[in-house]
Amino acid sequence: MRDKITTSLRLYSILIYIFLYFPIALVVLFSFNSGNYAADMQGFSFRWYGETWRDPFVLEALRNSVFIAATSATLATVFGTFAALALQNVRGWLRTLYDGLIYIAIIIPGIVIGIATLIFFVQFFGWLNPWLQILFGPSAPKFNLGLPTVIAAHTLFTMSIVLVIVRSRIAGMDRSLIEASNDLYATPFNTFWQVTLPQLLPAIMAGFLLAFTFSFDDFIVAFFVAGPNTTLPIYVFSSIRRGVTPKINAIATVTLIMSLGFLFIVQYLLTRSNASAKKDGE
Amino acid sequence: MVNNTTHRKKSIRTWLPTALLLAPASLWYLFLLIAPLVIVAVFSFGARAPEGGYAPAFTLEQYLKLPTRSTPFVNTLWLASLGTVSCILIAYPLAYYLATRASAKAKSILVALIIVPFWTSFLIRTYAWVTILSSRGIPAILASLGIVHDLVLLNTPFAITLGIVYNYLPLMTFPLYVSLERLDKRLLEASKDLGANRLATFFQITLPLSASGLITGSMLVFILLMGEYLIPALLGGGKIFFVGNALVDLFLQSRNWPFGSAVAMALNFIMIIIISVYLWLTSRLGGESREEVSLF
Repeated sequence: MRDKITTSLRLYSILIYIFLYFPIALVVLFSFNSGNYAADMQGFSFRWYGETWRDPFVLEALRNSVFIAATSATLATVFGTFAALALQNVRGWLRTLYDGLIYIAIIIPGIVIGIATLIFFVQFFGWLNPWLQILFGPSAPKFNLGLPTVIAAHTLFTMSIVLVIVRSRIAGMDRSLIEASNDLYATPFNTFWQVTLPQLLPAIMAGFLLAFTFSFDDFIVAFFVAGPNTTLPIYVFSSIRRGVTPKINAIATVTLIMSLGFLFIVQYLLTRSNASAKKDGE
Repeated sequence: MVNNTTHRKKSIRTWLPTALLLAPASLWYLFLLIAPLVIVAVFSFGARAPEGGYAPAFTLEQYLKLPTRSTPFVNTLWLASLGTVSCILIAYPLAYYLATRASAKAKSILVALIIVPFWTSFLIRTYAWVTILSSRGIPAILASLGIVHDLVLLNTPFAITLGIVYNYLPLMTFPLYVSLERLDKRLLEASKDLGANRLATFFQITLPLSASGLITGSMLVFILLMGEYLIPALLGGGKIFFVGNALVDLFLQSRNWPFGSAVAMALNFIMIIIISVYLWLTSRLGGESREEVSLF
């Protein structure tokens, strides 16, 4: 009886795994199709990868996406790590406030962040631009929605993710080394540089890669605040709206491979840092 | 006195770096989270400027207009509920298998395989189903086999629910798995020894003790579904509007910001209710499970 249930549960689970991976596998398979229709297999070829690579619109979108993801992930890593270190010393209501903000920034749907950031920047630039005109004359720079606004919006939630990852690593960190370093008259800066930072580095790198992936894959926030610019997800979305082309399959496959590669590294970094934390504890 | 000054010096030495390290994150939270949400709240009481955008006013007009746009709210609430319940029903047996039956060695890989799709592009995962459900996909295969002709799958409530289940299943499975994994297996044996059958054991022990995972998973899925845009836009073909689609329309196309802000405020209000219910349920649950533990 128990075996029967176990067998049917196992069978059921296998079906769920097929359900989860079959659509993704199909996209990868279709990307190597030489035919003109996405769902009409003709034969194996790299034709669509070539055509995608030669498409100036795709390249423009790709450049924008890489620039946005690299910049916002860098900012998010620095700001998130700084904040995680600082929050160790914060207690009471201030701590509760920050915990609430971190939680909200992560859980809030992207569309709300998109709308809020759109309104904020449009209002802010609407106020700033006339002042710049008065101060610097008609040749003054005029601020508008663009890649920097996307970077700012992405940094809000990716920073919070880095913060959570680094903070959990700080909690699992071996404090006796820091105390030893202090006892041996190391300056606080040296202690941080030589003892704390090396212990936190795997978590910081994992945070950077996750932040990059999130920013690179984001559609809805960029859709609101990118202004006239396109990112890769915006390009893919409008292509799907116009009718499915095999180029999307090629873009999707490359994106998937990149995210999976990053995810694998993240997993490796985090398990290794946890393992070393356990070893240190023993 | 001396003690006091050294104490003060020391405290300056700790709080100054703390404040500096916290400054960039604080700026971001202030200007890109708190201030924008306050502006949305202010706008929702405003009027529409003739050329689009916002004109200062203090009126409840936008909120009074909300009932005229109730369809997206109704669609979102019922399809989000249907999607969440489907996620629970489909995820539960899987989480149960992973937590109680899978071998320890396979477990970590199997759990990782559940989470992996969730970190890949949401847009691409949804797009995959557009290909499968479109007229060249499953309907074409079924027609060529002579089973059903003229089957329409894309742009239906079914397609949207399928998209929801596919995209949010990992988010439901993971908390369920964690709560079932934590469950003390001796309780199941005790129940069996006391003569309870499998069904009674499941409903009286397994289900109540996995309630925390069930509630967490449901809250996460439901909240994210409230702001969903891509699934109805791509799999519903714009025929079935969610609140997210209405917001994109109001902010980016018709540029009716005050009314859009009122819709966004209504959405925030629904999310606050969900989170409050979640906190209330978990605090009640926490109290009860503590009592149960003390009974044993």
